[in-house]
Amino acid sequence: MRHLLSTEGIDPATALEVLDTADNLKRALLGREVRKLPTLRGRTVVTMFYENSTRTRVSFEIAGKWMSADVINVSASGSSVSKGESLRDTALTLAAAGADCVIVRHPASGAAHRLAGWLEEAGTSVVNAGDGMHEHPTQALLDADTLRDRLGSVNGRRIVIVGDVLHSRVARSNVHLLTALGADVVLVAPPTLLPKGVEGWPVTVSHELDAELPTADAVMLLRVQAERMHGGFFPSAREYSIAYGLNEARLRLTPDHAVVLHPGPMLRGMEIASAVADSPRAAITDQVRNGVHVRMAVLYHLLAHEEEANA
Amino acid sequence: MNKTLLRGVRLYGEGDPVDLLISDGVIAEIGTDLADADAEVVDAAGQVALPGFVDLHTHLREPGREDTETIATGSAAAALGGYTAVFAMANTDPVADNAVVIEHVWRRGREVGLVDVHPIGAVTVGLGGEKLAELGTMARSAAGVRVFSDDGHCVADPLIMRRALEYSKALDAVIAQHAEEPRLTVGAQAHEGEQASRLGLAGWPAAAEESIVARDCLLALHVGARLHVCHVSTAGTVEVLRWAKTRGDAIAPQATRAGIVPQAGRPGISAEVTPHHLLLTDERLASYDPVNKVNPPLRTEADAKALREALAEGVIDCVATDHAPHAVQDKDCEWAAARPGMLGLQTALSVVIETMVRPGLLDWRGVARVMSERPAEIAGLSDHGRPLEVGEPATLVLIDPDASWTVRGAALASVAGNTPYEGMTLPGRVMTTVLRGRITAHDGRIRA
Amino acid sequence: MASRKRGAADPAEERELLSAGDVARTVARMAHQVIEKTALDAPSAPAVVLMGIPSRGAPLARRLAARIAEFSGVEVPTGTLDVTLYRDDLRRRPTRPLEATTLPEGGVDDKLVVLVDDVLFSGRTIRAALDALREHGRPRAVQLAVLVDRGHRELPIRADYVGKNVPTSRGEDVAVLLSELDDRDAVLLRRPLDPTGEVTP
Repeated sequence: MRHLLSTEGIDPATALEVLDTADNLKRALLGREVRKLPTLRGRTVVTMFYENSTRTRVSFEIAGKWMSADVINVSASGSSVSKGESLRDTALTLAAAGADCVIVRHPASGAAHRLAGWLEEAGTSVVNAGDGMHEHPTQALLDADTLRDRLGSVNGRRIVIVGDVLHSRVARSNVHLLTALGADVVLVAPPTLLPKGVEGWPVTVSHELDAELPTADAVMLLRVQAERMHGGFFPSAREYSIAYGLNEARLRLTPDHAVVLHPGPMLRGMEIASAVADSPRAAITDQVRNGVHVRMAVLYHLLAHEEEANA
Repeated sequence: MNKTLLRGVRLYGEGDPVDLLISDGVIAEIGTDLADADAEVVDAAGQVALPGFVDLHTHLREPGREDTETIATGSAAAALGGYTAVFAMANTDPVADNAVVIEHVWRRGREVGLVDVHPIGAVTVGLGGEKLAELGTMARSAAGVRVFSDDGHCVADPLIMRRALEYSKALDAVIAQHAEEPRLTVGAQAHEGEQASRLGLAGWPAAAEESIVARDCLLALHVGARLHVCHVSTAGTVEVLRWAKTRGDAIAPQATRAGIVPQAGRPGISAEVTPHHLLLTDERLASYDPVNKVNPPLRTEADAKALREALAEGVIDCVATDHAPHAVQDKDCEWAAARPGMLGLQTALSVVIETMVRPGLLDWRGVARVMSERPAEIAGLSDHGRPLEVGEPATLVLIDPDASWTVRGAALASVAGNTPYEGMTLPGRVMTTVLRGRITAHDGRIRA
Repeated sequence: MASRKRGAADPAEERELLSAGDVARTVARMAHQVIEKTALDAPSAPAVVLMGIPSRGAPLARRLAARIAEFSGVEVPTGTLDVTLYRDDLRRRPTRPLEATTLPEGGVDDKLVVLVDDVLFSGRTIRAALDALREHGRPRAVQLAVLVDRGHRELPIRADYVGKNVPTSRGEDVAVLLSELDDRDAVLLRRPLDPTGEVTP
């Protein structure tokens, strides 16, 4: 693996390898006083976040540091980025300065793909930490990892993804990865929050959450961003919550083993009732914990092998 | 030397080869085994002769973005592409919304002299869509503007559009509309469909174009004015045009002002399609390379097919390049930050051969119609798109139909290199371009 | 450590160093040696644990433990110790999958840990194992048992128990097959053929 840009078209065997590595790393670190592996000593990992996301950036940073990589955080403000330097020039500068891996979060869909193209010669790996409305592959991997933990496997499971699919990179990455791993994915949203063209995705589409819950093995809630609420995509937060919020009554419609996931940050009371978020059925803190191990696994697969030129 | 003898050409690709003697800017003689001791002889055996091409939609970028194209380089690209007249869009900096900028472009075009450069005037001041520009002053300027457009922006306000259409009647002019309902394309990045949904690119619905085209056709019919629809890109627009033209073709243009002579037979509603919308589809977007970013966006194969058929049928009148040079830094960036547009002047003919001639949708007479005669008619050019007959202006192009070439952006005459056809091998090659008897381009080189 | 590709299809000349029977006898002999050297059946014996290094060190450790139990009546706890994350040659090879590390009940603190691997070669795997082991506790002592020692050490590391010493050249490959992971028990010496199909000298 040279880059991790998307889960679309991912080879299921590769995805499972990464998940297995994550599980092994989790076990390797379990109960340790010193959570530090020497594996990536001497490797330099740069996080480049053009959007604020403390949780994702910190998760990558911890992952890199636990594997002894040198992790450097570049934020869009306070660097040359804010002085109008192009993404391409910033990336080439970081590569020339010795970055082995660039982890990028960017508001433009495809930014990570472009970056990988520009860094082809430098040999730098690129991890997509979220590009616009396109993909967020490590989130999907950590979701799959959490589902494996809780359900045993993803294959054959029915995963209901609820909310703003239109703008969600988490939804896109999960659709590709979970279906590649053999899950049935159901997307539930008001029609205004589903992309035109979703008919061609390998999923079932529904507008009725209650109808999908009794057969759900997992319910994954998507974040509804504040700007969408005022963008006329639905009449009001209250109406959204009534139709698509996961409350206790709705949770009772799901089978006893069903898991609740949320990529965070949560809007309690709107997308998810507090009692549901804090119930044992919710795997939301597991997701965060697994995120570190999955990102360690991704770094391992990207960086702990021979340079491709020497292969 | 003011005489040229073209040997062995086939007029409109038909019949036996003939020789064509050009003298003093007109076609003096057509026959076999012509000879003239004073004439420059061009051996054009087997080449197809067509009237010189007319591009209704070119961005020459001067004034303002001379780092991407100038009137000189754009004229060179046009001549090399077989064009003898181009219409320069108004979205320069400053905007061509007044006679001063208009006359500058016109004069500069004459100085370069490789093609007739006709400036297009802006419909509204600063392309702002709010206040009509001084259309009359531009029409009566030295450039004699007959085409107005806010291209790059839609004249979205229906009342402003109605007024523009109405007002232009007195100027014997046509309003060329960039049909894009702005409220439906806020932040839009790619044709709204499965490809955009997968790539996470904000959707650019076909209806944003179709709704404006429908509205404008109704307005043009209502006020009896002439409307030209720029860069038609969807199958739905074709359907709207098909309907409107059954009502609209018959409209007689009116000219009431003194000094403006109306031309007979100009269409009430006309439309153009770009070469790239005939050939390319949104499948190309998967690379996120903004060389494929264009406005309107590349659509689906079903749309491209409908456009090719509409062009063959005449529902779409002509091919226009929407030649849009952009600097490297405006293209070699992330998709959303990139500017829309692609080069087109030097590749247009080859793309038309590939998409229309080879599949049998158009013969060479058809190519002459969509690339020369019809656009000249729409824009009211009396000396372009003329028949290849004795006594007519020697404004023509010779094409080697059997040649093919591989497109290299760096080798094109434009300052910018943003061609979506990089590395593609395309059929047909422009061999010689003649403007009023003068060879402007020959065998891939400009004749200054 | 020898190549992972036990079923490698590369053209190679192959010679059997140990048969299935030889493997069984060798493991039995090593079990006796461990019992003798550690005196684990003595009343004041130290607590011994066997830590197999995946892949093939793991089943080997379990076999060794079974023989030890058979010969001495003492049940020796076994575990596995994956050293991949501690290797210093990760950037010289394709991605290695991680394998499980499982500590025996009671951990390794103050135990006599016998590391078990199939082939001792450069010694780098064992160096990595010593680093890995350190993360899991503080053994009283560490010993090393290998089925085959093929020489060519690059570090000052020596095995305490060796099933068989095999002189090899660097270009050769020693492959240990164990029925838990392969189709049979055997130890093979492979000599890669050069592209002309000739045996390299």
